[in-house]
Amino acid sequence: MEKKRDYSLVGESTRLAIETGLASAEWYHTDVARKAMKELMQRSDGPAIRDTIIWIVAIWGSAAGIIWFWGTWWVVPFLLVYGVLYGSSSDSRWHECGHGTAFRTRWMNDVVYQIASFMLMRNPVTWRWSHARHHTDTIIVGRDAEIAVMRPPDLLRAALAFTGILDFRYSLPTLVRNAFGSISPDERSFIPEMELRKVVTAARWHLGIYVAAIALALYLWSFLPLVLIGLPRLYGSWHMVLTGLLQHIGLADNVTDHRLNTRTVYMNPISRFIYWNMNYHVEHHMFPMVPYHALPRLHDLIKHDLPEPNPSMWHAYREVWPVLIKQLQYEDYFLKRELPPTAKPYRDEFHALTVPAAAE
Amino acid sequence: MADWVEACGVDDVEEEDVIRFDHGGRTFAIYRSPDDEYFATDGYCTHEKAHLADGLVMDDIIECPKHNGRFNYKTGAAKGAPVCVNLATYPVKVEAGKVMIQIG
Repeated sequence: MEKKRDYSLVGESTRLAIETGLASAEWYHTDVARKAMKELMQRSDGPAIRDTIIWIVAIWGSAAGIIWFWGTWWVVPFLLVYGVLYGSSSDSRWHECGHGTAFRTRWMNDVVYQIASFMLMRNPVTWRWSHARHHTDTIIVGRDAEIAVMRPPDLLRAALAFTGILDFRYSLPTLVRNAFGSISPDERSFIPEMELRKVVTAARWHLGIYVAAIALALYLWSFLPLVLIGLPRLYGSWHMVLTGLLQHIGLADNVTDHRLNTRTVYMNPISRFIYWNMNYHVEHHMFPMVPYHALPRLHDLIKHDLPEPNPSMWHAYREVWPVLIKQLQYEDYFLKRELPPTAKPYRDEFHALTVPAAAE
Repeated sequence: MADWVEACGVDDVEEEDVIRFDHGGRTFAIYRSPDDEYFATDGYCTHEKAHLADGLVMDDIIECPKHNGRFNYKTGAAKGAPVCVNLATYPVKVEAGKVMIQIG
C-alpha cells in the first residue's frame, strides 16, 4: 500500500503543511477569563519541591535496594520501582521543567531538566526545540518531530516501544552522532543555527558519563553500574509509553484544534504522580503555561468545551485498538472526537481533509 | 520624529500584568510592573507569532503563552531557548492618567 504521509521534517508533507497554512497556524483555544487564567498560570516552588524530594528519595531508596539485594531474587521489586522512576517518571520531569512551569525558580527547572534529559538519553538542547515544534504544530505531518505512532501504524513497533528497545536503538546512536558533531537535516529543521554547538556539547557530556559507567562496570566486572545508569531506559520505560502513547494516538492529524488530536484520560493517583498530571493533555496543549499541579483545576474550568475524557487507560486503549486495526487498511481513518453540546463547534474544514468513507 | 500615542489608562492594566495594544496595524504589549512602573514592547514573541499579552508576568519577566519563552520586558532581553532574539522596547510615560508609548 502506498503511504500518503511523509513524516520527515524536510519532505513533501512539510512543503504541503507550509503551503496550506497548517504550519505555525492559529489554534483553537477555549475562552477563559484573563483573571482565572492568571491564577492558573501562577508559579510556585512548593508542589514541585515536595514532589521532587519524594522522587529523589524513592530513586535513591530503590537504588540502595538494588545494590543491597544484587544477586538475589529480592532485587526484582526494587528494579521495578527504580526502573519506572528512572525510565518513565523522568519523562514528565523533563517535560514540565522543559516548559519551565514545574518550579517558579528558573534554576530549579533547569537542574531537573538536565538530570531528567540524561536519564532519558535525550539531548537536552535538541529535545527542547523539538518539543517547541510539537506545541507549534501538534500532529501536523511533516512538521511535528514527536509523532509517536505514524500512519499506517506499525503495531510491532508500537508494542516494542514498551520495552524501550527501539527508543534505545534510536537514542544511543543519535547521542554518539551528535557527540561527534553530526547534526541531521531533520534536527537542523527545528534547531536554530546558534544552538547547534550546544547540541554537541550536551551529547559529549552524556556520552562521557555513559563511558564512565561502562568503565566502572568493567572494573567491577559487574552489570550493576549499567543496571543503575542507562539500562533502566530499557526495563523502566513501559509506564512512560503506556501513558504517553495515549496523548494523540488514533486521533485526527493535520487539524488545528487540540480537542480533535489530543486526549485527556483519567488516571490513578500513582500514574498521575509518575506522569505529573499530563493525563490532562488537551488542557496542557491548549494552555502550556499552566503548571502540572493546576491542570485538574483547569480541566474543571474548561471541560464543558472539551470532548468527554476517557475514564481510564483501559477504556482509552480499547477505544484506540480498533482504530489502529482499521488504519492498517485505511490510513486516513481516525477517531473523531465528539464535543459536548456546551462546546463551541468544530471547524468543518478540518474534517474535509480526510476520506469521509473511511472516517465514519 | 517618533510619535507619542495613548495606549491605555493607568488602571486598565493590573499590577504585575500585561495588556495588548494595537495601533497602526502593529501590536504592542503594555506592562505594569510590581513597582507600579509601565513598560512597552512589541506585542508578538520573537520566536513565533504569539501574543505576549496572553502570557504571564513574573517580576520583570514576561513569559510567552505558546512555548514559555522568557523576556525581560524592561530591556527586551531574551532569557534563553526557545527565544533567542531580543524583543523591541518602546519609551513610555504617564500623563494625566494615561499610558503613552513612543512609536517609531
